[in-house]
Amino acid sequence: MAGLAESRPHIELADVSKHFGAVRALDSVSLTVARGSIHALVGENGAGKSTLGRIVAGVFAPDGGRVLLDGEEIVLRSPREALERGVAAIAQELNVVPQLSVADNVFLGTEPRRGGFVARRALRRRYRELASSAGFELPAAAPAGRLRPGEQQQVEILRALSRNAELIVMDEPTASLSRDETARLHGIVRALARDGRTVLLVSHFLREVLELADTVTVLRDGQVVRTSPAAQETEDSLIQAMLGRPLTSAFPDRREPAADAPPALTVSDLRAPGIDGVSFTVRRGEIVGLAGLVGAGRTELARAIFGAERVQSGEVVLGDGRSPSGGPRGSLRSGLAMIPESRKEQGLLLERSVTENVTLASLPEVSRYGFVRRRAERRRAREILDRADVRAASYGARMGSLSGGNQQKVLFARMLLCGPAMLIADEPTRGVDVGAKRAIYDLLVTLAGEGMGVLVISSELEEVLGLAHRVLVMRAGRITGELTGDQMTESAVLAAAFAA
Amino acid sequence: MTATEASPVPEQRSAEATTVLDRVRATGIAIPFAALFITLSIASSSFLTKVNLLNILDQQSATLIIAAAGTLVLVAGGIDLSVGAIYALAGVTAAEIAQHSPSALAIFVGVCVGLAVGLVNGLVVTRLRINALIATLAMSFVVAGIATLVTHGNLVVLFEHPEFGDLARTQVLTVKTSIWIAVVIVAVIGVFLARTTAGRYMYASGGNSEAARLAGVRVDAIRVLTFVVSGGAAGLAGVIDASRVLSAQSSSGDTLAFTVLAGIVVGGTSILGGEGAVWRTVLGVLFIALIGNGYDLLGLDPLYEQITLGVILLLAVAADAWARQRRS
Repeated sequence: MAGLAESRPHIELADVSKHFGAVRALDSVSLTVARGSIHALVGENGAGKSTLGRIVAGVFAPDGGRVLLDGEEIVLRSPREALERGVAAIAQELNVVPQLSVADNVFLGTEPRRGGFVARRALRRRYRELASSAGFELPAAAPAGRLRPGEQQQVEILRALSRNAELIVMDEPTASLSRDETARLHGIVRALARDGRTVLLVSHFLREVLELADTVTVLRDGQVVRTSPAAQETEDSLIQAMLGRPLTSAFPDRREPAADAPPALTVSDLRAPGIDGVSFTVRRGEIVGLAGLVGAGRTELARAIFGAERVQSGEVVLGDGRSPSGGPRGSLRSGLAMIPESRKEQGLLLERSVTENVTLASLPEVSRYGFVRRRAERRRAREILDRADVRAASYGARMGSLSGGNQQKVLFARMLLCGPAMLIADEPTRGVDVGAKRAIYDLLVTLAGEGMGVLVISSELEEVLGLAHRVLVMRAGRITGELTGDQMTESAVLAAAFAA
Repeated sequence: MTATEASPVPEQRSAEATTVLDRVRATGIAIPFAALFITLSIASSSFLTKVNLLNILDQQSATLIIAAAGTLVLVAGGIDLSVGAIYALAGVTAAEIAQHSPSALAIFVGVCVGLAVGLVNGLVVTRLRINALIATLAMSFVVAGIATLVTHGNLVVLFEHPEFGDLARTQVLTVKTSIWIAVVIVAVIGVFLARTTAGRYMYASGGNSEAARLAGVRVDAIRVLTFVVSGGAAGLAGVIDASRVLSAQSSSGDTLAFTVLAGIVVGGTSILGGEGAVWRTVLGVLFIALIGNGYDLLGLDPLYEQITLGVILLLAVAADAWARQRRS
């Protein structure tokens, strides 16, 4: 039966495209997933693998192209419609109602009813049947919020099974699981496939993909690189396919820092939530790149250094030998600046003017007796905005009316006004168009040239390698690699990032 | 996941759309206010008279002071439902003290009571991380209860101490001091919000508290400050009204918090924080007052007054929500 099933396509995507604003997440992707197979999607951060998974699960509707389920063209407008057609998704963020019991969570929305009331006994019975057929041992009456992440995931899988899902999309299912839980999940995934169900697995754990999947599709920049049997791939071949392109010269020339340049930042054995004993140094004039996968702890590290997150132990020392204290405010005053990961959530006041956004962190400098001297403020803002190459209709314009690239430059300008000796930039070019990217690169290189220490966090390998003098690679809250000179290659970074 | 957050929208178009919208929003309450003012001037001969207008201002002086301070609280991302109770407690405390002590001491203690309750509000909201709506609602019960304890439920009468009335009832340049005090306090609070660094930090704290924190703003301290100002203003307002009518009772502020909130929101200050201005609040409070005045002067059935108010409040909030949605 398995042999017969494998040849039959379960879901097909033909020339599917998806845009988010001006960003093209998927570009004419065609994909055929065989019934009863485990089909993996791999790619760098932002390659489009999660987007593809969400289109199959009905979370996003594609802008173009066709989706065929069992050979019949369908349009999925919501996860609910997908579910009605037997397609279920297990998301990265688990969706259980913590107060409800395990059984109630499994049958949420499809409870057996009698006259408008939940038929509790029938619900318990159906739960027992379902759990034993799946081979799960979860306490039916326990509140789902008390379960460990791996068990919560099993609740979601049971929920999918209870709706007779035949195609299950799993987005990074093992990202938050312990080793034991991961092994158990792998067993479950195999069992699902044995029962004739199809699993679409989105994962950046290449070893996991090679172990589990029958077929692997590699995505890069929203396009399919290739689809091939997993047996024909290796970790190296997948990494090659994920990268595929040579380093372009989209980067300015960087000047090497002086060999005897003093440190601008020294971090010693730092421990914080998500950070497990990190030590490194950034010298004055040096750009250090921090690479790693999403969830490796890069942002957590940046926030801990900057004082935005509480530090458990360890030390942060700046170039002048002082340790900043007193949170972000203290850090800024000591000459340590940070540009946060998400400019909209953590950076900007979208309803206020560009000028107000720029001077927010250094308002006392343009104030007297607590009053903002508005002319001085405008002058200071104009100087720094011109330097950061911000283009706006006027600097009095509402922040939210600027493009992503200009918004990002405003955040740079805000930090520069504080006159930092050390700058941490977390994903400085995320969601920024190509022209603005280059301007931001130029700015970073110029700042380093003037003697500033710079730590750049980026999920784009090209960017890290193109900008940095030295690259640190993180995985699971630790630094797992330090690369300099000729060692700085994409495959070396990926090897350290994927290292078990 | 990364892709959803990245959306450099075509810039010119969205910029133009927002400027037109922003311009309409910027005038906001001013146009309906002017329209209502002109309509009433035409419809009633007694509206546009010095006596009537000064009467309105005299009656609204307490509300204006509290609402101006409440604007700071809302801009910084909070809300203060305890102002009515503070107003009552400050009024009865000052009135009790004025029975046997100098007026100045009574006034001073009344305002200090307000500042103290405001400080407690601020600390509860920021230190204990309790939602401002619930914290100040709970505080309003506590404070109203204390006010009843102070008066034993009685009306505190000051007719034998008319000197306490000097605070609000003195005529300066043919205008009562209650109005003068309101004008000065409102102007000071308005300048404070619009021109000082602390005011800027209020917009930042309410607009995006995490961004403000990462930019080095002491968000909690700023929020506490807004509650202290709000409490102090409510205290002063309570004292002024006790002086205006030479009496005070513990139940006098029962619906005041909502009247104040209505005025602020009708003026166009967002309940979601980060946006607003004191001049808007002044127009919002007076707009509501004009509607009441209009019903009186035109002899309309006052039953409909409340319905009108409710509808206007809904429209004001809907306009804010609609504008936000259009922009995001």
